[in-house]
Amino acid sequence: MMEQTIFYILAAVAVIGTVLAITEKHPVHAILYLVTSLFSMAVIFYLLMAPLVAAFEVILYAGAIMVLFLFVIMMLDLGHPEKGMAPSWREWLPAALLSAVSIASLITVIVSRHTSAVSYPAAVPIREVARRLFQEHGLAVELVSLQLLFALVGALYLGKQSRGEGK
Amino acid sequence: MTAFSLDITLFAVKLGLVFFVILTLAAYLVFAERKVLAWVQDRKGPNRVGPFGLLQPLADLIKLLTKEDVVPGGADRWLFYLAPAMAAIPAILIFSVIPFGAPVNIFGRDLPLVVSDLNVGLLFFLALSSIAVYGVAIGGWASNSKYALLGGIRGLAQLISYELSMGLSLVPIVMLSHSFNLADIVAAQKTVPFIVYQPLAFIIFLLSITAECKRIPFDLPEAEGELVAGFHTEYSGMRFGLFFVGEYINIIVLGGLAATFFLGGWHGPLLPPTVWFSLKTLAVAFFFIWMRGTLPRLRYDQLMHLGWKVLTPLALVNILITGWWLALK
Repeated sequence: MMEQTIFYILAAVAVIGTVLAITEKHPVHAILYLVTSLFSMAVIFYLLMAPLVAAFEVILYAGAIMVLFLFVIMMLDLGHPEKGMAPSWREWLPAALLSAVSIASLITVIVSRHTSAVSYPAAVPIREVARRLFQEHGLAVELVSLQLLFALVGALYLGKQSRGEGK
Repeated sequence: MTAFSLDITLFAVKLGLVFFVILTLAAYLVFAERKVLAWVQDRKGPNRVGPFGLLQPLADLIKLLTKEDVVPGGADRWLFYLAPAMAAIPAILIFSVIPFGAPVNIFGRDLPLVVSDLNVGLLFFLALSSIAVYGVAIGGWASNSKYALLGGIRGLAQLISYELSMGLSLVPIVMLSHSFNLADIVAAQKTVPFIVYQPLAFIIFLLSITAECKRIPFDLPEAEGELVAGFHTEYSGMRFGLFFVGEYINIIVLGGLAATFFLGGWHGPLLPPTVWFSLKTLAVAFFFIWMRGTLPRLRYDQLMHLGWKVLTPLALVNILITGWWLALK
């Protein structure tokens, strides 16, 4: 009962925070709403007996990625981004397609779910998480890290190129 | 009294005691810093309020509470109000995972002397320490002042530079103790503290936490010689006080963490465990004050260079060596 109450409060905070992050015009405020939302997500993970995921949610998303966003926004003088042009349909379309795919997958998962009596999960020890991740899904981990390396090299290349043009 | 209400009462007493001790200690650390700096600089330091100036923190508190709370024009009001709390709260929360003594037996039940015995305690510390920077960055940004903004940006850049080496310097500790739980880490140092096996990791950790609590030589977000007072230039009264106390709470907490990770936690001969823990924590805090009296401030790019090009590669090599050592043992 206690867990349920806390869960609904946190879920409300997460949803409202995310909605405000999207609608808020000011980038710094938007980031803070998103951080709030990520924080309540982390506590939800903790309630689901996944403290490791909760810690990583805060360390990586709220603590590293959002800090970098904030840093970039503060470093660049954006002027008045709210007066900028609204994105055209050409930019909308790929994003809309991709979100349609993920929403469709989510709906499929919800519809096909077997409603069985969900027992309260026990806390998963870190050792078990590591074993699952690196033994059973080792290939996926390697693929993801390769992909990150590609992205890194790509970003470096693009950054170098634009600096060369500036000279 | 039922067993459940006894548990709750014991927990509440423990919580209240921790809060009281930490806040008092933070206030007196300010006093100790002024005294030690005065000795270093051949002065007398505060000696007017009470015997030996011991009531000085109280006088400072009254002064801060009665001062006018100024909000600069054009400031982002809400964020300006909230930023000091964003800086101070994570610092206090980190202490909740630090075991500050051996478990004691009260009323027939074992009471662990740690507020929350979390199995991901080490990660909890890393998470909160990266969250603490929002107070600095947002406070600097919301002040609508160039000095404060520069201080805030420096705070962010500093976090990015030291965070990685701080996390990596703790990996050997996890490898040696096979746990993320701080109580287990202390238990693993029953005979030999980890500083003996991991001197390099200890030095990297010490440098990183000096940057974390924004102390000289890494006090770039404040840098009073260049930025007036950096991110808290526009703050006055108790809001400034909260930033200030938050910094000193951070020193105590980070000292406690250094003691827990490398100096054997509450283990020690003869003296009671809690005394050993306090001694080790205060020794690290004293080291911070001593460093402030001795070293000049580093330049902004020097810190980033140190963090990214020296400490992080060193920490990675240290992890590799630890791995070899553990495999060959």
